[in-house]
Amino acid sequence: MAPAQETGRQATAAPAIELRGISKAFGPVQANKDISIRVMPGTIHGIIGENGAGKSTLMSILYGFYKADAGEILIHGREAKITDSQAAIRAGIGMVFQHFKLVQNFTVLENVILGAEEGALLRPSLAKARRELKRLAEEYELEVDPDALVEELSVGHQQRVEILKALYRQADILILDEPTGVLTPAEADHLFRILANLRMQGKTILLITHKLREIMEITDTVSVMRRGEMTATVTTAGTSPEELAELMVGRKVLLHVPKAPANPGRTVLEIRDLRLRDATGVERIKGIDLTIRAGEILGIAGVAGNGQSELLEVLGGFAAATGSVRMNGEEIDLTGRHSDGQTRRARGIAHVPEDRHHLGLILDFSAWENIAFGYHNAPEYQKNALLMDNAAIIADTEGKIERFDVRPPNAFLPAKSFSGGNQQKIVLAREIERNPDLLLVGQPTRGVDIGAIEFIHKRIVELRDAGKAVLLVSVELDEIMSLADRIAVMFDGRIMGERLPADTNERELGLLMAGVADSAETAA
Amino acid sequence: MTKLPTWADLVLVPLISLVLAAAISALVILGIGGDPVEAVKVMVDGALGSPYGWGYTLYYTTSFIFTGLGVTVAYHAGQFNIGGEGQAQLGGLGVALVCLALPWPHWTLALPAAMVGAALFGAAWAAVPAWLQAKRGSHIVITTIMFNYIAAALIVYLLVEVLRPAGQMDPATPRFPKGAALPGFHEIPGLSLIFTSKVPANVTFFVALLACVGVWLLLWRTRLGYEIRAFGKSNSAARYAGISPVKVILLSMLISGGLSGLMAINNVMGEAGRLLQNSAEGAGFIGIAVALMGRNHPLGVFLAAFLFGFLYQGGAEMGLWTSIPIELRLLVQGLVILFTGALDTMVRMMIAPFFRPRRKEAA
Repeated sequence: MAPAQETGRQATAAPAIELRGISKAFGPVQANKDISIRVMPGTIHGIIGENGAGKSTLMSILYGFYKADAGEILIHGREAKITDSQAAIRAGIGMVFQHFKLVQNFTVLENVILGAEEGALLRPSLAKARRELKRLAEEYELEVDPDALVEELSVGHQQRVEILKALYRQADILILDEPTGVLTPAEADHLFRILANLRMQGKTILLITHKLREIMEITDTVSVMRRGEMTATVTTAGTSPEELAELMVGRKVLLHVPKAPANPGRTVLEIRDLRLRDATGVERIKGIDLTIRAGEILGIAGVAGNGQSELLEVLGGFAAATGSVRMNGEEIDLTGRHSDGQTRRARGIAHVPEDRHHLGLILDFSAWENIAFGYHNAPEYQKNALLMDNAAIIADTEGKIERFDVRPPNAFLPAKSFSGGNQQKIVLAREIERNPDLLLVGQPTRGVDIGAIEFIHKRIVELRDAGKAVLLVSVELDEIMSLADRIAVMFDGRIMGERLPADTNERELGLLMAGVADSAETAA
Repeated sequence: MTKLPTWADLVLVPLISLVLAAAISALVILGIGGDPVEAVKVMVDGALGSPYGWGYTLYYTTSFIFTGLGVTVAYHAGQFNIGGEGQAQLGGLGVALVCLALPWPHWTLALPAAMVGAALFGAAWAAVPAWLQAKRGSHIVITTIMFNYIAAALIVYLLVEVLRPAGQMDPATPRFPKGAALPGFHEIPGLSLIFTSKVPANVTFFVALLACVGVWLLLWRTRLGYEIRAFGKSNSAARYAGISPVKVILLSMLISGGLSGLMAINNVMGEAGRLLQNSAEGAGFIGIAVALMGRNHPLGVFLAAFLFGFLYQGGAEMGLWTSIPIELRLLVQGLVILFTGALDTMVRMMIAPFFRPRRKEAA
């Protein structure tokens, strides 16, 4: 669609945002290199790029968190000095962060006026905000109960509060940073409807994302960033996901790893009536039955927080549960009294955890120390009864670094110095090369750039083709659809249904993820 | 923030911190009417100007190495062991019981036995807070602090009511047998050529050096050390890897308490020759500063322990030979701790601009 066609007031107007020659360096790292874009009013402009491409830095400059080393910012044709977020707000820019900046135990109304109170007394501000919220809700499909406590709202509603906050501050330019990362497909659809409404009212929207699908679905124009540079700006209608991926990575990328049909063999893992209560007594897993066979990938789809993490923790050996889990026909201990991560590994269960920063890696440890992590008792890593054989671990690490193309290929670098994709490769190399019977893998490509995603997906499929069982948990439906041989959807601690990827679609899975079970499958 | 090169991180930052601490100390000395130049002269002269001074400086250094290492091991497991003082006092009790138990024929037999006693008692004193932390989640800082007071009271009770020989007025154990006396530097062949007068520094100094190597091996070369460091860096990741928190907390605290307890072979067995009240004399607390300044690395601990040994001995000399009160020693130590520990980041920020990439300087 042509930009700005609905907004009569500035038909041939200056761009809402114009950046000219923005550069920003952090020490030796050039985060933004001579970046220029023009965003026309009343359009949705996507900014896409891999992690570390400089998207967030650019937005932080626009919102006054960083000062650019060079370049200028023009808002509606006038040069703007955005020195801090207050100046950004005055210039009409509102920002919705990936991680919401809301006070959990305040009401929606209180959050909205926070920082925008007028006068010493709250009451007049609150009354004004209430009227304003009502108006905004009607105008943009942004209904939220103004008196609800934020902590009681769903993630999707919390995000609406963030948008309302920006609109309440008279923002006519909205920046959204990875807004759908935490949303269900239905919530994401609703968000896009809101954005479309906002565009219709002449608001300008900058959407930062790494998801190609969203760019294609909602934006008018899209700018691609790579290694600090703006490599291209194209109209969305005139491009394709493949082209965008290539622009992002700098080479051709397979968005879907080709794989042969699965050839499932014997049963590897059998889960019966698995239940788990967390420390506060809330039941997080409410009776799960699953079977995984050798040579197949079972994908667990679902919105984050529906028990998938707990399922991985139980199988990985660091959360206690009840029920029965049989690995290769033998019962494994679920109480946690006779088992831990190491006994699970000895049973042939390897685990690439969802959160590599808090579980899979010790960020301060070097790459080689992380390669030994969890396998530090392995005989080949010991020099004698007392001392570890660091040289052997380092040699092993160097081999893994080469085979998994970890960059930079330096075994002595601390894990935190690697990019997300390379961190994940370190974890993957450690777990896959143990040749496990069962690989548990959670969010394998979260925070991983497109180039590495392809590599990681290939390795997972290879492991399957080698006759191993894989349990894949992911909140990315695309990933589940392209990798899994069988899909189980988890909602509220239960399996809502199982589907074959060929026989289902995103809509059906999205319904199951939202807890809408169809009659045919409720038995699961 | 600009990342500093390693040499600046390890050498320059502590050095600047020390200069700042010294500068402020000098201002305070000026303010109370003293002469800072004279104070420095007396301190350096008294601590390092003679074999006698060295004999005291190294004696204090030895004690601080043990307590510093104790804090270091616990720190790597993410446990802040403030209880070094009490553990060292209990270590003293262990040493005393061992030394008094037998008529020891020679120190080479008494020393290993006393070391076992010291380490066991020190470890035992750390065991209760460790167990409470590992099993009940009681905060280790609180419990170890409280155990310092309990240790002090327990030792006083034992000295007054149980261990004091009949007819003796001061609350102390009897003197240890001659065979349990450790040779001082003035009694060691070779060293005795330098240390001609009696000094408190004794063979324990070499035990302390071995302990530094041992702790380094433990932390960076053994599986237990690996687990300790992993757990200390990330509790959650350690759980994923199958590292038992209970095991790591207990063992690291036992080793930590054992090292603090070992300090007693220096002061109780090597110097006093009997157990007195308050035998640790604050070395347990100085160990925290030593570990902090030594970046929780055995080599750093050794260097920091030497610095504090110097301040301790030099400060005493300053109090003795100048009009500056000895309490000023505490001020100097406090400033050193403040700058090397608490204000570390500030010093880094001060020097960071000098380490920005060169092209900036050219611009």
